[in-house]
Amino acid sequence: MALNPSCVGKSYPLSRPYPVEPETIRRFAEAVGDPAAVYTDQQAAQALGHPSVPAPPTFPFVVVARALDEVFSYDEIGFDPTYLVHGDQCFEYARSVRVGDRLVTAVSITGAKNLRGKDVLTLRADVADTGGEHVVTLHLTFVSLTAVKGGVSDAASR
Amino acid sequence: MPLRAENVEVGDELPARTVTVTRQGLVRYAGASEDFNPVHWNPRVAREAGLPDVIAHGMLTMAIAARTVTDWAGDPAAVVEYRTRFSRPVVVPDDPDGASVEVGGRVVARLDDGLVRLDLVVTSGGTKVLSDARVTVRLAS
Repeated sequence: MALNPSCVGKSYPLSRPYPVEPETIRRFAEAVGDPAAVYTDQQAAQALGHPSVPAPPTFPFVVVARALDEVFSYDEIGFDPTYLVHGDQCFEYARSVRVGDRLVTAVSITGAKNLRGKDVLTLRADVADTGGEHVVTLHLTFVSLTAVKGGVSDAASR
Repeated sequence: MPLRAENVEVGDELPARTVTVTRQGLVRYAGASEDFNPVHWNPRVAREAGLPDVIAHGMLTMAIAARTVTDWAGDPAAVVEYRTRFSRPVVVPDDPDGASVEVGGRVVARLDDGLVRLDLVVTSGGTKVLSDARVTVRLAS
């Protein structure tokens, strides 16, 4: 599969709203090993000034991954996701994601190139609530290990 | 109580933590995050991808490191920017001990408006797994 550099700059239609529910946040906080009361207890959240229970800082990636599943076709851009690993990740927060949010994500492709034999795809994802309030922007880099010869030593040398 | 900016100095160390990541933990994270990429649970696929064994989700490592910051700051909403590069995989063997992830951090700058910059050092078995792991927090001031 060959990477199609003409896809750089492409923007995708907004994702369907992702409803943020209390159990989703509880399950995520447990899975990342964070027992802080603020992620499960409305009173603890309000004591810190949150209108509702907030999500841990990396939770927005889950929302964006869901959006990518919806809007994205790796085939169209020639990126093989079979052995996909994460290269870089950046979050720029306007506020925490929180219970009650219905989040929509706008994804665009900011880069697609082959670096040292590996296909590298860079994306930007702007997450807003359905009222249009910006919540967080993610910059993501994915690396396709199928283009790697020799495996982990190459994957680690980028 | 959330930390206040006036109580922070450049050079302050965040309390160091060591976290164990097991195969069961990876399955739990896969479920919670809906990330079912098989390199995180299937040794055959991991080896096909040139990896020595199953690796942790980079986002799990990043989340583990985030807790060091949010525990220190006292409020997850303090985090205004968080970035890293996943420089080496966290390889998780199929045994009860799993892999260990060690997280440390340090205050590197105090800016206006309660903003504080932190550098994190995140290793697994002594090898750096996140590089350029940087956080900006906004503390009450």
